[in-house]
Amino acid sequence: MSEPTTGTPGTGTPATSKAATSKAATSKAASGKPLKQIHLAAHFPGVNNTTVWSDPRAGSQIEFSSFAHFARTAERAKFDFLFLAEGLRLREQGGRIYDLDVVGRPDTFTVLSALAAVTEHLGLTGTINSTFNEPYEVARQFAGLDHLSGGRAAWNVVTSWDAFTGENFRRGGFLPQDQRYSRAKEFLATATELFDSWHGDEIVADRESGIFLKDAQAGAFVHQGQHFDIAGQFNVPRSPQGRPVIFQAGDSDEGREFAASSADAIFSRHSTLEAGQEFYADVKGRLARHGRTHDQLLILPAATFVLGDTDAEAQELAHEVRRRQVSGQTAIKYLEHIWNRDLSAYDPDGPLPDIDPDPGENTIARGRASVRMFRDPIAVARQWRERAAAENLSIRELVMETTGRQSFIGSPATVAETINTFVQTDAADGFILVPHLTPGGLDDFADTVVPLLQERGVFRHDYTGTTLRDHLGLAHPDARPEPESRRAAS
Amino acid sequence: MFAHPPLHLAVALDGTGWHPAAWREPGARPHDLFTAGYWADLVTEAERGLLDFVTFEDSLGPQSSHLTELDGRTDQVRGRLDAVLVASRVAPLTRHIGLVPTVVATHTEPFHISKAIATLDYVSTGRAGLRVQVTARQDEAAHFGRRTFPPLPAEDRDTPAGRELIADLFEEAADHIEVVRRLWDSWEDDAEIRDVATGRFIDRDKLHYIDFEGRHFSVKGPSITPRPPQGQPVVSALAHQSVPYQLVGRSADIGYVTPHDIDQARAVVAEIRAAQAAAGRAEEPLHVFGDLVVFLDDDHTAAQDRRTRLDDLAGYAYSSDAEVFTGTPAELADLLLEWREAGLSGFRLRPGAIGHDLEQITRGLVPELQRRGAFRHTYEADTLRGLLGLARPANRYAAATA
Ligand SMILES: Cc1cc2nc3c(=O)[nH]c(=O)nc-3n(C[C@H](O)[C@H](O)[C@H](O)COP(=O)(O)O)c2cc1C
Repeated sequence: MSEPTTGTPGTGTPATSKAATSKAATSKAASGKPLKQIHLAAHFPGVNNTTVWSDPRAGSQIEFSSFAHFARTAERAKFDFLFLAEGLRLREQGGRIYDLDVVGRPDTFTVLSALAAVTEHLGLTGTINSTFNEPYEVARQFAGLDHLSGGRAAWNVVTSWDAFTGENFRRGGFLPQDQRYSRAKEFLATATELFDSWHGDEIVADRESGIFLKDAQAGAFVHQGQHFDIAGQFNVPRSPQGRPVIFQAGDSDEGREFAASSADAIFSRHSTLEAGQEFYADVKGRLARHGRTHDQLLILPAATFVLGDTDAEAQELAHEVRRRQVSGQTAIKYLEHIWNRDLSAYDPDGPLPDIDPDPGENTIARGRASVRMFRDPIAVARQWRERAAAENLSIRELVMETTGRQSFIGSPATVAETINTFVQTDAADGFILVPHLTPGGLDDFADTVVPLLQERGVFRHDYTGTTLRDHLGLAHPDARPEPESRRAAS
Repeated sequence: MFAHPPLHLAVALDGTGWHPAAWREPGARPHDLFTAGYWADLVTEAERGLLDFVTFEDSLGPQSSHLTELDGRTDQVRGRLDAVLVASRVAPLTRHIGLVPTVVATHTEPFHISKAIATLDYVSTGRAGLRVQVTARQDEAAHFGRRTFPPLPAEDRDTPAGRELIADLFEEAADHIEVVRRLWDSWEDDAEIRDVATGRFIDRDKLHYIDFEGRHFSVKGPSITPRPPQGQPVVSALAHQSVPYQLVGRSADIGYVTPHDIDQARAVVAEIRAAQAAAGRAEEPLHVFGDLVVFLDDDHTAAQDRRTRLDDLAGYAYSSDAEVFTGTPAELADLLLEWREAGLSGFRLRPGAIGHDLEQITRGLVPELQRRGAFRHTYEADTLRGLLGLARPANRYAAATA
């Protein structure tokens, strides 16, 4: 999918300051269980309506200076990594390019490589889909990024598959949807074979003997499968992390299974404590089946936040942010996702349409992940109409209520406490924070919330390792002494 | 009034240098090839010499001394990093020098390449280019598994089948460049309006579908990356024969050519100018750069001796598609100034051993050319187009609607 709504806060009840100020964390700590260390990451504010561009402080989402500022803030705050989403076709609605949200973004690999020059410790995570790319090329790029950053690369494997996006690529979008995870799995397995095709000791470069490579077959691989039939020699030596850290973002049963079998971390979107705990238990529960342990997969949901001097002030600010995120026009466009009809004649300050959604195959909005979140639009529409009637909400108010909720709202102390509660009660291992402002949206968090987490002993004061695997507490994969592909090749 | 505009100079970076035994030289850093520091040091040195740009070699398979297959050698540098990533990694550490990575049109997606080079232009604030390359290597094709190529030994390159394959690869490369260029123009410069009054972030009438349909791929567009700072980053290609000369004439801003004497240089330039005119671009600036491998020392014999020593280490006498120059920076300056009479507007020098010859270029050749009034004393522009005297092009789609 293109220009996805990564970071859009989930639907459902928000984690308000009071609700989340649970005693659980302290009691657990008191019970002797060591405090979990929180992982924090920074999601560069992306191309959707959560990013507020009408604010006078909103800067460029394209210029490198924005990325550099954002990355430096994250590194100053000792975050684990910076995260970039990906979209490969501009969204459309009603047959025209969508023009209300921030749009336009640079190439993931190129930005991350440049960011490696202006940071020293920060992990660099890039979303790269497995449908419109080829394993040799992507493995090369990630291995290269890992070298050029001294071991800080991570790959968020997504499974965008649609024909709409495919129109920009050779594959032409003819990958059937039911094959996207099978291609993703095989893509990742193939890339892993490539990463493992060098063991790390092949380059001798001995001037005297004239031996540069110890093994003429360094990088040899053979992969024959349903999606890829490739063989040859990988031309990037083993990188500092061996392989990049692997993320998965996708929520379906298949997506969770893929993560449990193959990922180091899962990027999800569950903003309530209960939903988070449920998801956490479900995904961690799948690990054993794949011969993996509890700590081999981190759960890092997306989270949005609004800070104020007091909780009340933060609530007020949050409401203001939501109004900016959901203009009247945006609300109508959002409703069109579910109704799948042109609703431009409706007044955003008026009641919801009393007609039913068009169940037709062709969606009015294209290239938007959230379109597929509504699996039963008729039921959703009915639910929304009932809620709007019961609470006397206009279209815009309803959309603000159901979609525009921030995950964490409050004073720095409240937000620190809430985040810590989520982590200590196993709703998450940490969060990928999505600010609503580019590029300064993280500054306050770094200056106010991070020190409070550090005081509580749940967040690092400084980096203790050099690689992203170090920051995340993940083992460095051993080079396989004799990869299968090598045996097959010889 | 000078008879000539100043020369343009580029350096082609590849491993430890172009001689296969260069990594064994005392000044070589073979263990650093996969570190950012190595590339940052080289590009910083090139910038110190006020060079127009550096190119970064690349390939989608291990290096080989054979053109179409692997050689199984273990006594030469093998393995390399993605050129776009290397260029991007050094961009924030430099300020003026152009950064021109190699991209392989045969196996990559033009949509990805377009946004990658546009992004390189953003991270370098206007210093990006690319050098398009095709490949008929069977082993590289097998890394992608999408197509196969017949074996193409040197002696078969002039058969009908060989000519057809090469023509086909270059036709695809031309399509690739066309798509990349259209995508750069698919956003007009002022498409982002941030109009609070109407709630519109962009003026969608200033975004354009490119609707490219070709034999090997079709691309809808628009790009997801707005038009880069230079509008069109600089497109370059190495060309040895008529088919690639056509590509340069039709699609490039710079062609690198490999004449071995001034008469050949004259003939090649004439052929490229004819191709350019045939493509209807006679009025557009198009640079033709001569490529030379260089072994430089303050003393002519020292340079000769060094080359011989490297040949002995390699076990064979090094030769190249390009002319190999061995001598002093002053002698090289003589040659460059002579060859420019053939219509070459610049040179891309391939250092025989980077650890030694790069500084010979930046600290020997450059001052020599400056003394002769043939090279800049300071960077006169902040963008690569600016350094090359190329105007920022108008947007083809904006022109169509104006
Ligand atoms: C939190 C989150 C972030 C995502 N980010 C991206 C993204 O940046 N680019 C993309 O193409 N898809 C992204 N996706 C989409 C997923 O890769 C996947 O295609 C989609 O969720 C459908 O898969 P599923 O049915 O397993 O949920 C994201 C999904 C989630 C849950």
